[in-house]
Amino acid sequence: MDPKRSREITEAVFQHLVELASFDLEPGEAEYLRRELNGQLRTIAQLEAIDLPEELPVTSHGVPYTEQTSPALREDRPEPCPEAEEILRQAPEVQERHIVVPDIPLTELE
Amino acid sequence: MIPALCDLPAHELLRRLRRREISAAEVLDSTLARIAAVEGRPPTTAAYTSNSGDLEKIHAYITLTEERARAQAQAVDRAFAAGDDPGPLAGVPLAVKDIFCVRGTPSTAGSRILETFVAPYTATPVARLEAAGALTIGKVNLDEFTFGSSNESSAFLPPPGNPWNPRRVPGGSSGGSAAAVAAGEATISLGTDTAGSIRQPASFCGVVGLKPTYGRVSRYGLIAFASSIDCPGPVTRDVTDAALVLGVIAGPDPRDATAANVPVPDYVALIEGGVRGMRIGLSPDYFKLKYPDAETGELREQPIANEIEAAVNKAAAVLADAGAEIVEGGPMPNTRFGIPAYFVISRVEAASNLHRYDGVKYGHRHSGPVTDLRQLYRKSRGVGFGPQPKLRILMGMYVSAAQYEKAYYDRALRVRTLIRRDFEQAFDPAGPYRLDCLLAATTPTTAFEIGAVYGDSVSMQYADLLTVPANHAGIPALSVPAGHDAAGLPIGIQFLGADSSEAKLLRVARAFERETENEPWRALKPQVLRAS
Repeated sequence: MDPKRSREITEAVFQHLVELASFDLEPGEAEYLRRELNGQLRTIAQLEAIDLPEELPVTSHGVPYTEQTSPALREDRPEPCPEAEEILRQAPEVQERHIVVPDIPLTELE
Repeated sequence: MIPALCDLPAHELLRRLRRREISAAEVLDSTLARIAAVEGRPPTTAAYTSNSGDLEKIHAYITLTEERARAQAQAVDRAFAAGDDPGPLAGVPLAVKDIFCVRGTPSTAGSRILETFVAPYTATPVARLEAAGALTIGKVNLDEFTFGSSNESSAFLPPPGNPWNPRRVPGGSSGGSAAAVAAGEATISLGTDTAGSIRQPASFCGVVGLKPTYGRVSRYGLIAFASSIDCPGPVTRDVTDAALVLGVIAGPDPRDATAANVPVPDYVALIEGGVRGMRIGLSPDYFKLKYPDAETGELREQPIANEIEAAVNKAAAVLADAGAEIVEGGPMPNTRFGIPAYFVISRVEAASNLHRYDGVKYGHRHSGPVTDLRQLYRKSRGVGFGPQPKLRILMGMYVSAAQYEKAYYDRALRVRTLIRRDFEQAFDPAGPYRLDCLLAATTPTTAFEIGAVYGDSVSMQYADLLTVPANHAGIPALSVPAGHDAAGLPIGIQFLGADSSEAKLLRVARAFERETENEPWRALKPQVLRAS
């Protein structure tokens, strides 16, 4: 994929992203968001000019963890959760300790 | 003039509290009185129209937890009266950035989507501060989900004002933290730094901000943004207080597998060691910057503001006089790629972390009729998220899509390797520079006016140009006040060091603070305090 060709987020690509992200947008909002995204992409394009040797590894987080600095895994044992009711109270709609949602759309597989 | 208790640093409050010269209740009363004087109307999610009165006040607190603080103050006073030690921060007023869960408090992330969320548990760093005796005054404003550098993207408005000039931003995203500490509305604050979100507001508000090493402080209970970068850390009045707070919050946590198993030194005990023999670097790549033009988007090179450059050079001279060796010319050539790489990496992680907000389990849920679950998601997230989270989610999905991932995300992670290597070379004890730390400006400018940049997401991100490299590299960095510009706004400088070198950074910063303690700018007070 040539990134230079993908530098513009077209209306169609934008609508696809909005659908994937599950956003209903207000009128005018889409125009602002797409303009800003394309401005950001122009900035990101600076990365293309950097000569990266093939063997250069990725850094997934700055500070490497060593055997010594990695925390030991917790023992796998059940712990009580006294806040269960408190957590359930945060759900916007609950019936008999079940979280209520509208119909889940189904697609019949052929 | 005798300073009010709310204007004293934590270590001075602690000295007086331990001698029983003052009580925690008096400290709390002083802080609440200051809040009443300077805070103004509380920020809310109601439709917002600015009025001129708003631009004279601070508006730092989304939630005040006076009863919690009162009970904590009483416990501290009872402990002192009984001859017990109520902890290393006993009686010190604390403002918590509202990105941390604190049990029983609204924990909003500055977003409509979490406006109704009341945390059922407390974040580890907050729990440690409270166990150390801190008085939790409340939860302070921030950019929505920490996404910004001015605090204007919060759903809770009015936005916080800068205490030095409330028509200016306090910086962000920990804007409420820095504003509250500068204005005497809290003595210490707990913030987070993902691209500079502790250091940049600390710089704008004339206070101290410390971004610890990645993994130094537990993130259990921190509402996640970019999990490979987020770091909790202190915002304080002075360097000693930063050492004091870091000593309380740092260290491994069985509830956070990213909290590194690294011993916590006694930062306060080491702080007066001075800088004699230390090698402190100045890199030309932190003085000349490449920005995209706000109109055309074209990259152009320009130096940082003259007054800020002068403050950095003066700090170097002060430290040289104190016995440090200043090493000039060390290259940090990948500094300028920090923002482009951040535009990719942070967005991918934000998109991943923000998928959980769906209007089902907690937080904002669309209350009208919907046809199915997907429509509920769209309507809840469409209203619940403001423009900045939407931008980050959309960009994160785009640059991590299967067909673009190699060109964008993978490339950005490899550029991050180059940024990390710049620092590794600078701090390598066997390398050509052998630096103990690097000295640089914290920000390219001082605090800008409210409304001047907000909306332009590229220019706003560039406010983090000098802070974001440390985040990519995971290294610690500490911003301290270093003077004022001609408009009377604070200038910040930062010290950047190798992994887990916080003790050394605190020592250098304390030496600078001590050597400059009698300079006239140190006696200046924020505008809101002069008015009140």
